[in-house]
Amino acid sequence: MTHRSDRLIDVRALARVEGEGAMHVRVRDGAVAGVRLEIYEPPRFFEAFLRGRRHTEPPDITARICGICPVAYQMSACAAIEDACGVTVPPSLADLRRLLYCGEWIESHTLHIYLLHAPDFLGYPSALDLAKDRRDLVERGLTLKKTGNDLIEVVGGRAIHPVNVRVGGFHRVPAPADLAPLRERLRVALDQALETVRWVAGFDFPDFRHEHEMLALTEPGRYAIESGTVATTGGLGFGVREFEDHVIEEHVPHSTALHAHLAGRGRYLTGPAARYTLNHRWLSPLAREVAAEAGLGAECLNPYRSIIVRAVETVYAVEEAIRLIDCYEPPSEAAVPVPPRAGTGRGATEAPRGTLFHRYELDAAGLVTSARIVPPTSQNQAAVEDDLGRFVAGRLDLPDDRLTAECEQAIRNYDPCISCATHFLDLRVDRG
Amino acid sequence: MITLAVWKFASCDGCQLSLLDCEDELLAVAGQVRIAHFLEASREVLPGPYDVSLVEGSITTAADAERIRAIRDASRVLVTLGACANAGGIQALRNSADVAEYASAVYARPDYLDTLATSTPIAAHVDVDYELHGCPIDKGQLLETITALLAGRKPNLPAHSVCFDCKRRNNVCVVVAHGEPCLGPVTRAGCGAICPAFGRGCFGCFGPAETPNGPAEADLLRAHGMSGDDIRRLYRTFTVSAFAEVAGDAS
Repeated sequence: MTHRSDRLIDVRALARVEGEGAMHVRVRDGAVAGVRLEIYEPPRFFEAFLRGRRHTEPPDITARICGICPVAYQMSACAAIEDACGVTVPPSLADLRRLLYCGEWIESHTLHIYLLHAPDFLGYPSALDLAKDRRDLVERGLTLKKTGNDLIEVVGGRAIHPVNVRVGGFHRVPAPADLAPLRERLRVALDQALETVRWVAGFDFPDFRHEHEMLALTEPGRYAIESGTVATTGGLGFGVREFEDHVIEEHVPHSTALHAHLAGRGRYLTGPAARYTLNHRWLSPLAREVAAEAGLGAECLNPYRSIIVRAVETVYAVEEAIRLIDCYEPPSEAAVPVPPRAGTGRGATEAPRGTLFHRYELDAAGLVTSARIVPPTSQNQAAVEDDLGRFVAGRLDLPDDRLTAECEQAIRNYDPCISCATHFLDLRVDRG
Repeated sequence: MITLAVWKFASCDGCQLSLLDCEDELLAVAGQVRIAHFLEASREVLPGPYDVSLVEGSITTAADAERIRAIRDASRVLVTLGACANAGGIQALRNSADVAEYASAVYARPDYLDTLATSTPIAAHVDVDYELHGCPIDKGQLLETITALLAGRKPNLPAHSVCFDCKRRNNVCVVVAHGEPCLGPVTRAGCGAICPAFGRGCFGCFGPAETPNGPAEADLLRAHGMSGDDIRRLYRTFTVSAFAEVAGDAS
């Protein structure tokens, strides 16, 4: 047993991820003996205190699980409550929800590409350091991100924790004149998003291929965002109401996040690469064209290339927002009534980092008696740990500081949202 | 150049994200301060002491109670960000519940968890110099505070109620015009009165204003159709501990 063959790589506080987590890699006799993503974000017990709340409250309350993707929480919560109450919102309100969600995809993807992930590929500790050399690049990202945030503000009232969403629709719907200035900015944003795809496509991507089953919502005719049924790359297909028959969560000792796997099948991956692989034919012609130009094929199996998928999805979200604004006619009612009834409702939507499932049980008075939330990061945790084990195994000759930096970059491929997953990361490589 | 550190405790990351959401000002701010610790934005971590620490989140573990003391000791000025840091956040709903029952409701193995029975504000543990309110904070107030600290003056932060901002914004009063129950009369301004602007009653995410009239607010809410349970739920959301006194019997 040599000194080099046994070691511990330990990232105690992962940077440029959302929330708090750590990673521990144990190496014994020159082989990876174990990888753990530790989610030490303290538990906040949302599913517990949702009990006893009115059926109208989960959209505002669950938004507070994540400051980066509050719209995703609001949309999945609305879908689940409306399912419990037997209400379907009219297409005009569903379209307005999709428009709001496009704002969040633009904001969250751009945050991840420019501020969290790109500095790794370019060798900077942060985007602020990158800006000292390439201010133009960072300014482009910030402008694009701002357009996404401003879209959320106009439709949702506030960029973080929007106030305008309610079960059944919205408190107030925008006037066409409110959306017109956004349309002009989205035209500029489309060019910036296309430039972003070409920029990230030129990064140096380590050779890596995963073999996980991938899962995403899918919807014939359009790229699934706020609705759809569940599909996997292994050929599984089921409705959102059957989600819990197929997705099993377990509690592992090192994490306040729960690990999910597919019943009888094992670990899986959700998020941009899964969506692209399952649904790329439903992207817009321009998004498909720029994806092909960036070298994305029929599937995306290299987690590093997920940054290209995020950029392509940003192009799509900008185009889709323009399309929705162009065909916008204010709905006749800002919301449809959602009278409570006893029952169980389930909802799932595509958060920027993957499928987000909610289930609520209501009593006859409309009070929540039970709540369950399955966020993307807990679904991805087992797959991420497996990938990291294989990734480290190929790089054991690297010194600790370099290996640690590369592991952090690898983790960011999955855009883990640790705040969400609490129920995530510190990297530690234990070499004995 | 002052050194700035950003710290996170139990929270959603939204308040510190507000700094990255200052898209027009972020690079200018970064040019004026040395960012010494901001894990959401940078993997570079510099040792203290720090001139200004921005603290997000509430204290829910014994280790975090220790960590905030070390941060206070290393910080010249400590500013808390948002409802979690100032009032314990929505996770403070556990304070009046059985946290063991909460843990067993969410987790298969509560014994794997390490958590306190309470979620408490930063000020319950260490001295706080300035508080930015809101769930999330307002980025205008964040920029005002950073600008003031750079200039060596006190930040100008309002303590009046949302009602004043509604008047300033020319919002139609949702209570008078639409009969919507609204916490605006007892809630601290700072958000720009956005909920009333969107036709809904304020739900108090900035916590109580300086001199709230709790009994009068209770009468107003009851007069607009809210039951005692509904009033109790409304106050017991994002700043439950801060509103306890205003809510009175309703809490």
